[in-house]
Amino acid sequence: MADLLYFDNNATTKLAPEARAALEPFLGELVGNPSSAHNAGGRILHAVEKAREQVALMLGCETGEIIFNSGGTEGLNTAIENALDALPTRKQIIISKVEHSAVSNVVRPLARKGYRITEINVDRFGRLDLAQLNHEVGHETALIATLWANNETGVVAPVAEIGDMAKRAGAMFVVDAVQCPGKLKLDMKAQAAIDYLAVSGHKFHALPGCGALFVRKGTSYRPLIRGGNQERGRRAGTENVPGIVSMGAAARCINEHLDADIKRQTELRDMLQSGLLAKLDNVIVNGDEQSRLCNTLNVGFEFVEAEAVLLMLDAAGVAASSGSACESGSLETSHVLRAMGVPFTAIHGSVRFSLSRYTTAAEVGALVDSTVKIVRRLREISPFGREKPAPKKPGDLEAHKAYFATT
Amino acid sequence: MQYSEKIRDHFLHPRNAGELEDATVIGEAGSLATGDAFRLYLRINSQDVIEEARFQAFGSPTAIATSSALTEMIKGKHVDEAVRLSTRDIAAYLDGVPQERMHAPVMGMEALEDAYAKYRRLETLDEDGQSARIVCRCFNVSHGRIERAIRDHHLSTIAEVTHHTKAGGDCNSCHADIENLLARARAERARAAEEERIRTARDNARKAQPAGGISDLQRAALIQEVLDREVRPGLAMDGGDMELVSVEGATVRVKLGGHCVSCSSSTATMRYFVEDKLRELVDPAIEVIDITEHGQELHAPPMR
Repeated sequence: MADLLYFDNNATTKLAPEARAALEPFLGELVGNPSSAHNAGGRILHAVEKAREQVALMLGCETGEIIFNSGGTEGLNTAIENALDALPTRKQIIISKVEHSAVSNVVRPLARKGYRITEINVDRFGRLDLAQLNHEVGHETALIATLWANNETGVVAPVAEIGDMAKRAGAMFVVDAVQCPGKLKLDMKAQAAIDYLAVSGHKFHALPGCGALFVRKGTSYRPLIRGGNQERGRRAGTENVPGIVSMGAAARCINEHLDADIKRQTELRDMLQSGLLAKLDNVIVNGDEQSRLCNTLNVGFEFVEAEAVLLMLDAAGVAASSGSACESGSLETSHVLRAMGVPFTAIHGSVRFSLSRYTTAAEVGALVDSTVKIVRRLREISPFGREKPAPKKPGDLEAHKAYFATT
Repeated sequence: MQYSEKIRDHFLHPRNAGELEDATVIGEAGSLATGDAFRLYLRINSQDVIEEARFQAFGSPTAIATSSALTEMIKGKHVDEAVRLSTRDIAAYLDGVPQERMHAPVMGMEALEDAYAKYRRLETLDEDGQSARIVCRCFNVSHGRIERAIRDHHLSTIAEVTHHTKAGGDCNSCHADIENLLARARAERARAAEEERIRTARDNARKAQPAGGISDLQRAALIQEVLDREVRPGLAMDGGDMELVSVEGATVRVKLGGHCVSCSSSTATMRYFVEDKLRELVDPAIEVIDITEHGQELHAPPMR
């Protein structure tokens, strides 16, 4: 079989060759605890600090504002807890309906501790309802926590506007930027309203198990993981040195090539989208095409089921995923697509393709060919689709539902 | 999701996919909105044997593999034999179906039953009013289908019902309804078990006294037990009660209490319920006499 065509980079990415080369000496050759006084420990500490400089550069912040940790989930847990501690008298938390579970599953249980949880709607294109947000936010709001870019659809949130609202109300602002590095410009100096922002190494070609939390200078902070004095007392536990070094090298790649990478991924993603739309009917693009990550395409193939598409793609050597939780055995359709009001037909057949800087035009061409063949094959088997063309406009959802309810 | 090689094979290389022009009958199950749908085409000859089977399917890999397997399994079979296949048989044919995907074989059998019913011009179970009521709106699953799945597969939890019918797998708002159906099935099973136990006790008692049936004492104890378990709880729900006064041979005297005393339907209660129960569970010769109120004896009229 040919090489794997990997189109699941929003789930995890392959290690960058530069990151691999950088961390190699730390897998045996170099030994030493960065906290130790001896020379070996000092050299390792130096490597960790070099990595911090690159990550700080990537986020457009100061090195003192970076805390290394185990990844996005830890960062978000830490940030949310700290944000709430900072404003103990305020009892409202605002998130959106399309958050990753690393935010929603942390925030929702806080309702039992007396917090009022407000979840902001999104429209058909996955855009946050800013009017509702503006209406909800107030002097009771302790925290707004939201994704910068959605993992399933790639829709990019207007963080500057959300941040303004948070600051006007005196609330804390926590941002889940796990999908962002290498795909859009992050600049914490420009985004002055963001108090905490979390990223994760394995999403931008570093090792899994490492991440970084940005905590704006002057923002109150108390470690979630307590113990030793690592990370200047802000995150206890011996540093994951290979992870941190890989993250530094991966950040460096981004710092050097970001604009070119974004342009390239945008072109290839658009080529993928237009290739599929040109060759297949009844395909819905999920997510706001005007404000979307350069590497993400979420498409609903009507009259087929996503898991069937994915398993056939898998057999053809293509890795992709569906927004829905099929893989975990649940029947639940994607909460993100549901919140967007995507028609049922397209929700069941929605597949996410996510590219990386390593994706090539040849791979995209091969993906289009495989996918078109598979969707056509499944539609041949399907009792729907050929003799009864469905309404194409997303607005026709109700007519659509009524139509199939009578069949 | 980990699938057997058989499922992968039938999914990637489905047998008998496509329409059948000269189908005798077409069975259908599921819908586009629920994520799974089957259409089963059968050509049946004059000896009621399925000569050709083809399918169309929309849905998960398991749904497509199930359809493919089912057509292979029923080809060449008499329709009566084909319709006796079970979802277990399909799962076994595919070397196992993941629990979470058992709704696919269930739906496959529904398509086959639909085709059979149409062929035999029978009404499907779902066509009477109550059982056609939709419980799960996300997946369009009817009351009747859930009841049948609970009964056929001895399901006892909501998760199992979801695995077999998809009902309750998405928005969760029908979980209370499903729980009610499960509770009803549990009560049904408990009652059946209890009746069975009493019947066994009666039979044992009879065996112990082969000559003249059971003794009055044993009979009285049994009658008391039947009244306590089967009759009084029902009456108590309406604020009524019943007391066993005496047992002489097959004549049982009881006294109604509580609301039953003034209730105009108490005669009917005697006739249709208590006596039936006692005749069924204790002795077919039993006659029940109500000695409530002014001592006036209300003899239950003979069985209709």
